[in-house]
Amino acid sequence: MTTATPDRVSGPTPSGRLGFGARRPTSTLERVGAVTAHHVLVYRRTWRGSIITRFLSPLFFLLSMGLGLGALVDDSAGGVDGVPYLQYVVPGILAMQAMMTAFGESTYAVMGYIKWNQMYAAMLATPLRVVEVLGGHLALVAFHLFTGSLIFVLVAAPFGAFASWWVLLAVPVAVLTGLAFAVPMFAFAARLENDNGFSILFRFVVTPLMLFSGTFFPVDQLPLWMQPIAWATPLWHGVELSRDAATGTAPGPLGAVHLAVLLGYVAVGWVLARREFTRRLVS
Amino acid sequence: MGDDILLRARGLTKRFGDFTAVDGIDVEVRRGEAFGFLGPNGAGKSSTMRMVGCVSPVTEGELSILGMNPASDGPAIRARLGVCPQRDILDDDLSVEENLWVYGRFFGLSRHEVRTRADDLLEFAQLTERRRDRVEPLSGGMKRRLTIARSLINDPEVLLLDEPTTGLDPQARHVLWDRLFRLKREGVTLIVTTHYMDEAEQLCDRLVVMDHGRIVAEGSPRALITEHATREVLELRFDLDEQDRHVDAVAGVGERLEVLPDRLLVYADDGDAALATVHARGVQPLSSLVRRSTLEDVFLHLTGRSLVD
Repeated sequence: MTTATPDRVSGPTPSGRLGFGARRPTSTLERVGAVTAHHVLVYRRTWRGSIITRFLSPLFFLLSMGLGLGALVDDSAGGVDGVPYLQYVVPGILAMQAMMTAFGESTYAVMGYIKWNQMYAAMLATPLRVVEVLGGHLALVAFHLFTGSLIFVLVAAPFGAFASWWVLLAVPVAVLTGLAFAVPMFAFAARLENDNGFSILFRFVVTPLMLFSGTFFPVDQLPLWMQPIAWATPLWHGVELSRDAATGTAPGPLGAVHLAVLLGYVAVGWVLARREFTRRLVS
Repeated sequence: MGDDILLRARGLTKRFGDFTAVDGIDVEVRRGEAFGFLGPNGAGKSSTMRMVGCVSPVTEGELSILGMNPASDGPAIRARLGVCPQRDILDDDLSVEENLWVYGRFFGLSRHEVRTRADDLLEFAQLTERRRDRVEPLSGGMKRRLTIARSLINDPEVLLLDEPTTGLDPQARHVLWDRLFRLKREGVTLIVTTHYMDEAEQLCDRLVVMDHGRIVAEGSPRALITEHATREVLELRFDLDEQDRHVDAVAGVGERLEVLPDRLLVYADDGDAALATVHARGVQPLSSLVRRSTLEDVFLHLTGRSLVD
């Protein structure tokens, strides 16, 4: 970008202005980074609480589901498909946890930035574009997903929840699973006029997904008519991939399908989110 | 295109569905001037400002800002604009200085540049002592000054101010006007919307009066007053329900009479003489006031409605 520098005083003026002039051109990546930096700075105010939550929540699940329920399952059924219940359920919970984080970070936060404190509007008054504002915020969500999942793995590992070092791959899988929810959620949140939609979403979408996506028991235990629902939503695919990684099983051709579905949700979500953000903020 | 025309609009139109917010306006703003859009709420001022700020696509007509086209060069134009929105959009969770730092980064300024600029701007906005405080408890005037400071972080050539002093107390307004006047002296082009007459007269070299999305008059505040009003105005107030009886008697005094719900306005070059005539006709108002004409009178004359409330 070139700009003509007008004839005017240079050097600091009473208001401290340094004078007009060409501004350093910035890349898209730099601009996305600036948006993320803003979100991180805001997050620094509340990080302690969220880190504690991220430690405790896997611990609760481990103790109740993995160890408590697990002992019963292993005694009566010998685990699930030959895998001890703890090792069966923990990778599923990891993926589910990613979904919960995604919903937590992509609902009220997005609506707030659109409507309540209107920070998106303030950002769009600068050289930033809609895609950069969107990408910068999603990068923060990805960061939350990454740290949350990593903490989860670190907390669960000493309990013997993972059979293989491949579990480290379950962290990026969880990030992808979370984003498969978060990106479409950004579009949804930008469409809503008020936050009533969120509680409906939590009640009728999030909770059933939690229970019926193969997190706690295999999907083929469900009635036949319910199984396609699990196949269509991202969580089941995330759970399956996560479980393959944690048990060190080669995922096979179905793994490619899981990956493709998750990436598909992210891609379609991105197109929708971009459209809704533009409609809402640049109209 | 001359370099000194910063903004040029021809037949600029904004529609939202069937509603036409801005209806084919022609505007030119020159470098270094303070230009105002004056009009009541809903006149199309904010919609115009959003188009100029490159955050709202033009429906029809031409718009060029700094010689560039908002449709294709939005980010490049916005890099050189400062935008101070009607509502203070600040991050309540961050401190005063952090609000400036993060915003400067959106313009691609380095960390060092951002800090240097923030120090100067805090001084300019008289907020240095509050720099480490959170934004949330600041007074309305302070938040407004912080918003303006933030909009200056990129050394803009043009500063867009949407209703800059709405909701501020008189003292805070004067502080703000002083700051804006300094900026103008430094060569910053100001584009202001307001529905306050006194603000337009204080700040603007030139302005357009908008009503229902159209421009109904254009000129300097002084020229508009000379053209559309008399030098003085005589305001007459009567007791409850008394006003109607006196309208006929007052008619014909001065150049023109405006009947408002709560008072009569007599436009005359000599207000005191007009009052004497009113008295001579046997009309005894409850109170009377002779004042200079303002833009409010211009607006009233042009649209038949008062501007505020």
